[in-house]
Parts: sequence; structure tokens; C-alpha cells
Amino acid sequence: MSAHKPVPSGTEEEPIDYARLFRDYQLDGAFDEMRTPDGGIRPEYQALIETLARLPHEELMRRKQSADLSFLTQGITFTVYGRDEGTERIFPYDLLPRLISASEWDRIERGLTQRITALNHFLRDVYGEGKILADRVVPAEMVYSCKHYRRQMCGLEVPRNVYIAVVGTDLLRLNTGEFVVLEDNLRVPSGVSYMLTNRRVMKRTFPQLFHSYGVRPIEHYPQLLLSTLRSLAPEGRPEPNIVLLTPGVYNSAYFEHTYLARQMGIDLVEGRDLVTHDNIVYMRTTDGLKRVDVIYRRVDDDFSDPLIFRADSGLGCAGLFNAYRAGNVTVTNAFGTGLADDKAMYAYVPRIIKYYLDEDPILNNVETYLLTEDDSRKHVLANLDKLVVKAVGESGGYGMLIGPQSTAKQREEFARAIEANPRNYIAQPTLDFSRAPCLFGGQMEPRHVDLRPYILFGDKVNIVPGGLTRVALEKGSLVVNSSQGGGSKDTWILE
Amino acid sequence: MLSRVADSLYWMSRYLERAENTVRQLDVTMSLLLDSSETTADTRWNRLLTSLGNPRGVKWQGDFDAMTRSLIFDSNNAVSLNSCIGAARENARQVREELSTEQWQRLNRLYHQMHSPQAQAQFRANMNDFLASIVDGIHLFKGVSDTTMIHGEGWQFIRLGRYLERAYATATLLEVYQESLLDLPEREHSGYQYLELVGLLRCCTSFEAYCQVYTADLSPDRILEFLLLNRDFPHALRYSIDGVRQALEAIQRSGGRRPPDDLHAAAGKLHAMLRYTTINEILEGNPGAFLHSIREQCQQIHELLYRYYVHYSIQSALAV
Repeated sequence: MSAHKPVPSGTEEEPIDYARLFRDYQLDGAFDEMRTPDGGIRPEYQALIETLARLPHEELMRRKQSADLSFLTQGITFTVYGRDEGTERIFPYDLLPRLISASEWDRIERGLTQRITALNHFLRDVYGEGKILADRVVPAEMVYSCKHYRRQMCGLEVPRNVYIAVVGTDLLRLNTGEFVVLEDNLRVPSGVSYMLTNRRVMKRTFPQLFHSYGVRPIEHYPQLLLSTLRSLAPEGRPEPNIVLLTPGVYNSAYFEHTYLARQMGIDLVEGRDLVTHDNIVYMRTTDGLKRVDVIYRRVDDDFSDPLIFRADSGLGCAGLFNAYRAGNVTVTNAFGTGLADDKAMYAYVPRIIKYYLDEDPILNNVETYLLTEDDSRKHVLANLDKLVVKAVGESGGYGMLIGPQSTAKQREEFARAIEANPRNYIAQPTLDFSRAPCLFGGQMEPRHVDLRPYILFGDKVNIVPGGLTRVALEKGSLVVNSSQGGGSKDTWILE
Repeated sequence: MLSRVADSLYWMSRYLERAENTVRQLDVTMSLLLDSSETTADTRWNRLLTSLGNPRGVKWQGDFDAMTRSLIFDSNNAVSLNSCIGAARENARQVREELSTEQWQRLNRLYHQMHSPQAQAQFRANMNDFLASIVDGIHLFKGVSDTTMIHGEGWQFIRLGRYLERAYATATLLEVYQESLLDLPEREHSGYQYLELVGLLRCCTSFEAYCQVYTADLSPDRILEFLLLNRDFPHALRYSIDGVRQALEAIQRSGGRRPPDDLHAAAGKLHAMLRYTTINEILEGNPGAFLHSIREQCQQIHELLYRYYVHYSIQSALAV
């Protein structure tokens, strides 16, 4: 229990006035990360609460301010579109860490490893032999109608058979306390820089508390990412030149791109820095053309190569795909991986795991209705006010209907859209996912949170113990996406 | 280093140097206007515009406020402070990962100072203070650049931009002023004439430095000699071109390619011209043409630099 010992405050210890701390803390059916249903405090949170309760209000506000300043001066910002000036905003964050016990993390880690391994098998199979389609476990129609399916990838050998080297999977905790998977992000997942900077700021804000908790470190993520990328280099390139390809300064995750490039010590390139010749990719340097071996790609498939994908895009590099096909450059994640994180394909993931690994999923899915199935569609259309409907190809919280919070007009629009193109939508029950305490002007209030751990897949699957806990900062809101008013908090995995 | 990154660092630096040059010349012009003299306001403003390279769309139309607003706040005017600082920051933002945090913060602060809603009111309330604080901001940026950045290739491109821009601006300024300057008597200046000479020196922040070398005895020949040929003063042309040459050599050393002969020849020739020509030779010849040729050579160095390091053809690079 020594890990949870309260931090000595130096003065005489008075009993904690929980009533004062929890004045605005409503408990209802949802799982609360900190409190038990009867109003008690979970053991891992005990030390955190005691520290906060003993901290004078002014001191707490001072630490909050110094943390704010730290984010500001580090320039940790994301871009908000559609404004003339001042397009950079600070990413909102919450000062209270979210705690996850060692046993819970162990399950998450095993579950994610299993899931990512199976999804990688799936991609290899679908773009290769297609056994899973022949065995009718996943309908071929579902694959070929996916807008992220890339037929150019068929029959193409990728280095080490790794399609998805960098993944961020969104988890939720349900009423039962169980973690489930909400979404796999297999294309260009972002947010890892916030995980890293949150940790840096928290260590400075609550050094003693952090130390007393015995939190597992995450700081080696950039190094792991670099070695993952290196392990995927083409044969015969022992000192590979690794670069990060960014869409440029106007992309909302540009801060993250510069951050990761700097942390890994690799060049941050844009499409216009690259040229291909004889199926080899070069970058233009002041010392002439320099061969590129591995590209950590933060540009979507569509914009990566105007010769193969969207011809009107200037963000990518003409000839990149052919160089990739020739095996002269590794591009990761591979093209066409969005096939496996399509929201309709998601419903098949438990079957995909069973098919390739002959195991039951360790982390379950959220119940999902496929609207291409008649019975499900009827049920969903009759219950739109209770369900969440999502467009399959969208991300970032766009193209979503949250039933209980929708208007009759919105429901009508979605009903029409579903009838017109059922393949394009899925429905899920409105989830009462867990809430964690957040700090609002010295008071604690619960807010909905999810968890996005970051998984690396090179030689083997590697998950740094932690992740980005995203918070729906608005009271009652279920939307945690940063583009829609969400924030984040540090996630402490305990030893 | 990526060519695009070198390009951005080079231009970031050039734009900041340009901003500083605009401020200094504007400041001197405004203070000379306070004294009644034989030179009319029209002449002064037109001369200022010429030495700023006759920015497109900017004309002196007899309105002091409109003129200063255009040179400081008008983002449509390419040499305005606003444009130059904005362009410097935009270049920096695109290579954020190459700059130190201190550099970025400094430049950001300068940018926000220019773009704050109170900036125009602050300028009207106290013009000198406002301009001085902008120059301070630029100096601080140069200071943190020198102390927080690795003195590698990127830093050399920053230096290169600074000195090439400065050399070009100084040559332009002198070309504009040389005729009226050489018309003045060698000694025994009237008070107004004296102020003119001080004004020219102050355009290059060189009044005090001049006095240390030549005493406060101002003579047109010596001023020209000082601003053109002094080895040790950072705003003198010879010093700037020395800086260009050193930066080019350092960049060359950090790469493995064969040195670009024509680029080194161009920089070396200009350097030798300023190193070995005496002021008497210049005055006996055609000073205007001499200054003009310096500008052309600066332009040529810029073009060769681009041809070799930034916009080189892929065929020529593959042939190596």
C-alpha cells in the first residue's frame, strides 16, 4: 500500500471535509472513475484527494496558472479552421490525473495486442489471398464498398507484413467497469504529443504526488516510434533515412508533427520537398538530393500521390506509390488501412479476431447495428431518439447523430440519409460511459472521459503504459473530440 | 538540411533585417522633418521611398499620417513593418522544429505587438518609443538566435540572409544619397548640412561608431569611406559582405558536394572589390556606378545561392 500513502502536508492533519470538495459532484448511474456508487472513494484515488483537500485554494490556483503558462510557452496548440488570424489555440486540459490500476492496464494491453495483431492479419489477407472473404466471415461486398479500400494495394508485399505500425485505439469504460473498444484509428492517429506534454506539465505541477504514486513512464515513446520505423526500413538500408511527412503548417496537427520530428531527431518534410526518380524517393537538401528510406506518413491516402490517388492534391509526392510498390521506400502506415477502421467493419472485428487467432476478444466491442441488415435497420429507424448514429467514413466527431440530444428535424434528416445509403451508417446504443473528476475553479466535477492508448507495431507490438484521456469538458456532453470542445488529462498507469 | 528549410530561415532573417531598415530610415526622416531646412518634406519622403526600393502602390501625397501608416501598418505594402514581421513569422512557423523555443517566443511576441489592436494608438501616442520597441524586439531575436541555436547550417543561412539584405539596403541607401552628399563642402558645414550628415549616419546606426574612428568631424568623403569600406563596423558594406562570404564558406563546409565555383567567385569578387579599393579611387571614378554594381552583385549572389542550394534542377543533382 505504500504507493498510495498520502503525501505529508507538513502541518497537523485535520480530517478531510469531503462534503466541501464534492459539493457539486453528482453521482448517478454512470461509472465514476474516482468514486464508488455509495459515495466512497476508490482506493487508488485516496492519496490524490487527500493531497488536493490539504492544498490551500490559492496554492492550487497558482499551480493551475503555472501549468497554463507552461502549455502556452511551449506553443502546444492546435489549429482552428476558418479564422483569419490567431488560428492557433491552446489544447484545453484538466489538472487531475486519471488513474488506472496495474491489473486493468494489463487487460487493456493484452486486449489491444490481440486486436491489432488480428487487424493486421486481416489487412494482409484482404489485400492478399482473401481467405476471410472466401470463407464468408466478412462479406466481400462490405470490403469492396468501403471508401478506404485501395485496390492498388492488392498483391503488394509490405515490409515485415506490417500494415499498421502506429495505431491509436479509443476505449470507453461502461457502467460495469469494463473497458470496451469504441473505435480503431488505423490511418493517421494523432494526439500522442498531448499525452507526452501533459505528462511533462503534470510532473512539474504535482512532483511529490507523482513520485508517491509510482507511475509507469511513457517518455520513451518517440524513441520507440523511431525504432519501430527503423525496423520497417527496406532491405539493404542499414542506416535508413527516416522522415515525417506532414501536410504542412495549415494542418490541425502541425504542432504534433514538429514535436515528434524534433523529439526523434528526424527531418520534417512536406510533399514539395520530395522527388522521385527511377522509383526512388529523394528529398531536396542544400547538399543535393538525399535518398529517403522510411516515411512516417501523416498525410491521408487521398493526398499522398497525385498520380495514383487524388490528382488535384499538391500535398503528396508524385511517384511515391510506385517507389513504395517497388520496395524502395517504406511508407507507414500502409495505404488502404482505413479499410479496417471503417465503422461498419468494426462490427466484424470480434469475428476477425476469432478467425485469425482462434481466441475470444479480450476487449469487447460496443454493440453495433449494421444498417445493411433489414431487421437492424427497422429497429434503428424506430429508435433513433435513443441511439447514436455515425457515418462510417467520418472521424473527429463529425457526421454523428446523438439520439437523446437531437431534434426531430435532425432525426428526420438522418432517417432519410440512412434509407438512401444504409452502408454509410451504423448505430450504437447511447453509451453511459465513465466519468472522471475534473477541476473547475477549485471544485471537482465529473465529466465523461475516454482513453486512447498508442500502439506501435514493428518487430513486435509495443504499447507505452498510458494514453490520452480525452474529456468532454462541457457538462453533460458526450463528445470528447478536440475539434468539438474536448480537452485532455494525464493518464497514470500505476505499478 | 532540407532546401525548403534553408529557404525559410534565409527569408525569415531577410525580412527581419528589412523591417529594421524600414524603421531606422523612417525614424531618421521623421526627426529630420522637425528642423526647418533647405530640403523640403517632399524631397525627404520621396528620397525615403527611393531608398526603400520604391515600394509598389506607395506614394507621398502630402499626408504625414497616411504615409507613416502605410510604412508601418499597411499589410498591402511589401516593405511595411507589418508585412515584414508577418512574413518573417510565417517563414519561422513553417520551420518551427528548426528554431529554439526562445527564438519562436521572441518572434511571436514581436508579431503580436505589431498586430495588437492597440498598436496604432501606441504609435500615435509616442512614435519614437513605439519604433524603438520594435527595433528592440528585433535585436532581442538576433540575440537569442546567436545564443540558443546550434551554429550549424541553419544558423549560417540566417546570417547569410541578414548580411545580404543589409548590404543590399546600405548600397541602395548610399546610391540614393551619394549625389547630394558629394555636393556638400568638405568642411565648414552649416547647422542644417550637419544634420543631414548625421541623418545619413543614423540611417545605418553608425553616428557614434563614426565618431570613434574619425571624431565628430563629419566629411562626406569620410562618411562614404566609413559606410563602404570599414572592416570592423557591422553596418559597413565591407563587413556585411565579409559576413556573406563567411556564411557561404561555412555552408559549403557542412555539405559534401563540390563547391559551387560561380557562387564563390561572385562573393569573392565583391569582397575583394570592397577590400582593395580605396575611397579616392571610388571618388575619382563614378561613385554612383560603383554602388550600383554592388547592388547588382548582391542580386547575383542571391540568384546563384538559389540555383545551387534551393531551386537546383533535379537532372543536375542526379548527375552528381
